[in-house]
Amino acid sequence: MTAAWRSGGLAVGVSAALLTAGPPDRLTAQDTSAIDRGVRVGIIYRPGVRPGMVLLPVHAPALDSVRAIMTRDLDYSDRFELITLPGGDSIRVTAAAPGARPPVAGGTGRGTGGGGAAAATTLNYPLYQALGADFAVAVLPASGDSTIATVHDVAAGGVRRELRVHLPALKDPAFRLAVHQLADRVLEAALGAGGTAATRVLFVMEGKVYAIDQDGADQKLVSSSDHQAMSPAWARDGRRFAYMEFWEGHGRLFVQEVASGKRAPVATTGQALDFTPAFSPDGKTLAFSRATEEGTDLYTVNLKDGCCLQRLTVGRFYDNLSPTYSPDGQRIAFVSTRAGLPQIYAMAADGTDQQLFAPFDYGATGSSNAPEWSPDGQTVAFHRDVGGTLQVFVLDVRTRAVRQLTSVGRNEDPTWAPDSRHMAFVSDRSGYRQLWIIDVETGRIRPLLQKSGARLPAWSPRLPETASSTP
Amino acid sequence: MKRLPLLLLSGLAVAAMAACGGKKPETTPAPVGINADSAAEADRLRADSAARAAREAQEREEAERRRQQQIADSLAALGKSTEAVRALLGTMIHFDYDKAIIRGGDAAVLDQKVAILQANPALRIRMSGHCDERGSDEYNLALGNRRATAAKQYVVSHGIDAGRIETVSYGEERPLASGHDEDAWAQNRRDEFEILSGGENLKQP
Repeated sequence: MTAAWRSGGLAVGVSAALLTAGPPDRLTAQDTSAIDRGVRVGIIYRPGVRPGMVLLPVHAPALDSVRAIMTRDLDYSDRFELITLPGGDSIRVTAAAPGARPPVAGGTGRGTGGGGAAAATTLNYPLYQALGADFAVAVLPASGDSTIATVHDVAAGGVRRELRVHLPALKDPAFRLAVHQLADRVLEAALGAGGTAATRVLFVMEGKVYAIDQDGADQKLVSSSDHQAMSPAWARDGRRFAYMEFWEGHGRLFVQEVASGKRAPVATTGQALDFTPAFSPDGKTLAFSRATEEGTDLYTVNLKDGCCLQRLTVGRFYDNLSPTYSPDGQRIAFVSTRAGLPQIYAMAADGTDQQLFAPFDYGATGSSNAPEWSPDGQTVAFHRDVGGTLQVFVLDVRTRAVRQLTSVGRNEDPTWAPDSRHMAFVSDRSGYRQLWIIDVETGRIRPLLQKSGARLPAWSPRLPETASSTP
Repeated sequence: MKRLPLLLLSGLAVAAMAACGGKKPETTPAPVGINADSAAEADRLRADSAARAAREAQEREEAERRRQQQIADSLAALGKSTEAVRALLGTMIHFDYDKAIIRGGDAAVLDQKVAILQANPALRIRMSGHCDERGSDEYNLALGNRRATAAKQYVVSHGIDAGRIETVSYGEERPLASGHDEDAWAQNRRDEFEILSGGENLKQP
C-alpha cells in the first residue's frame, strides 16, 4: 500500500525543488562521522528503511520550541527519517470543524483519550504519503493550558493517538524534560518502542560531575565539593546516582538524590580507595572496587541499612574492578587481571561462579576495560586496546561473540542508553577527547558535547515523570 | 651530624642553669644578723646585695643571649639537614608502561628512603602511585595502587614497620607533565613520597 503510493504518487502537489533536493539516505555502515539529515523523498519502497516522520508546523511561540525539541529528539532516536516540508512552514495545518474528527487508525486501541475537538486536525494524507511520511505529528494548544500532540498514521490515513499533556512554562526548569517525555510518548505511539529522549548523561570534566540532556542541551554541574570526582553511575530508578571523590588519598563513595541534590557518603567506605560504584537493579546494593595493599577487589554494601560489607573477589596477586550488574541482578560483569592483562569476566552477584566472559587470545588481545551491561541484558559494551589505542567493543551475552564497534581515533568508556541501541562514549576522533553518541544499529554518530576533557559518561535510565505531566 | 641534637641539649642545659642561678638571690632574702646593731653594717650588706643582684642580672642576660644564639645555630643546622633529607625523601621513582615493578635503578632511591626511615623513627610517609593517560581511567586507579604498594613492600622488606607507610593511588588524575608524548608519559608513571608526620626535624642517615 505504502509502496504503491510512493512509487506512483509523486505528482501530488510536490514541487520540483523537493524532487531535486538530494538522494535518499542510505543506512550507513557502522561508525561513520557523517551526520545525515535533511530531506527524504520516498520514491521507491525499500524494506529496512526507517519510517518517515513529519512534525507539522505550529504557529504558537511556546509550541515552536516544543516542536523543535521534539523534532530533534525523534531525529536522534534514529528510528525515523525526519521529513522537512517543502517551503518550510508555509503549509498550514488547518483545524477541523468542531466535532469533525478523522477516523482512528486500526490496531492501537487506546488513542483519543481526553481529546478536545479543538486539537483534532485533518490532514491531506495522500500529500504526506507522497512526501514519504509514515507518521505525522501535530502539536496544538488545547483547552485548559494543555497541549495535544496528535500522532497521525499517514499510511493508514487516520489518527494513531492523541496525547494530552500540561507542559510547564518555557522558563520552567521542568520544561525540557516534559517535552522530551512527550517525544518518547510519540515514539511509543508510532512504533511501540521505548525512546531515550527523557534521559540525561552524567560525565566528569575537570574533576567535577556534570549532567547534560541527551540532545546536548542544559549542561549542569551536579557535584558541589572541591574534591576531585570520578565514575558517576545511575540507579535504575533514575532518582539517584553514585560517584567517587578523592579525600586525602582515600576514595569515598557518595549517593546523591537527583531531585534535592542532597548527597550522603556510603557507609563503610572512606577508609580505603573505593571506586567504580554500581547500583544493583533493585537499588538496594552498591557494588564497588576497593584498592588496598592486597590489590583491588570487588565488594558490595547494603545501601538501605549502610551495613553488611561483603567481599566478592579475593585476588591477592591481581586486581578485580569495574563491576556492572545484569538487568536481572543475577550476574556481575567485571574486569580482572587474573590472566595478566585486564579482561572481562563475570560471576554470580554473590561472587560465586567466576568465569571468563569476553573471550580473548592470550598474548595477542589487548587490555579490556570499562564493561557496562546493556539494559536489555543481551550485550556488554567495553573498550579494548587495539594497537596502542582503545576501541569500543560489544559482547553478545548469549553467543559470547565480540564485535568491534569503532575504528576512528581512540574510543573508550561506553555507556548504554535505556533503549540498548544508543551508546555514549569518549572519542578523540575530532582532535580532542569529547563525548559522542552512536546508534549501534545504523552506525550513525553525533557529538553529545563539544568540550574537551569530558569523560566517564553514564547514561541515565528513562527519567521519572514529572508532576507537570498528566497521562 | 649526630652531635646536632647534643648541641641543642647543651644549649637547653645552659639556659636551665642560667634560670636557676638568676632566681636564687631574689628568693633568698638579704641575711639579717641577730646582732644587727650597726646601721653601717646593714647599709654595706644592702649595697653588697644590690651590686650582686646587678652583676647576676647581667650574667643572666649574657646567658640568655648565648642560649638564644645556640638555639638559633642548632636550629639552622637542623633545618639545613631537614631540607636535605626531605629532598632525598621526595625523590620519585618511575615505572614502565602498565607495570608496577621497581626498576633496578630505582632500588637505590628506595634504599635511601629505608635509611631515612631508620634514622628518623618518628617519621611516617605516604606513597602515592600515578599513571600516564594512555590506559583506562578507572583501571589506572588499580595500577597506581599496585605501584604504591610495590614501593611499600620494598621498604617493608628492608625492615621498615608497615604501619609507618600509607599507600594511595591517584591513577592518571594528577599528571606531573601535561604533554601527550612518551616524555610526558614517562614522567607521569611514578610514585610520589610525602611526609605524613614526624618530619619537623629530620636526621640524615
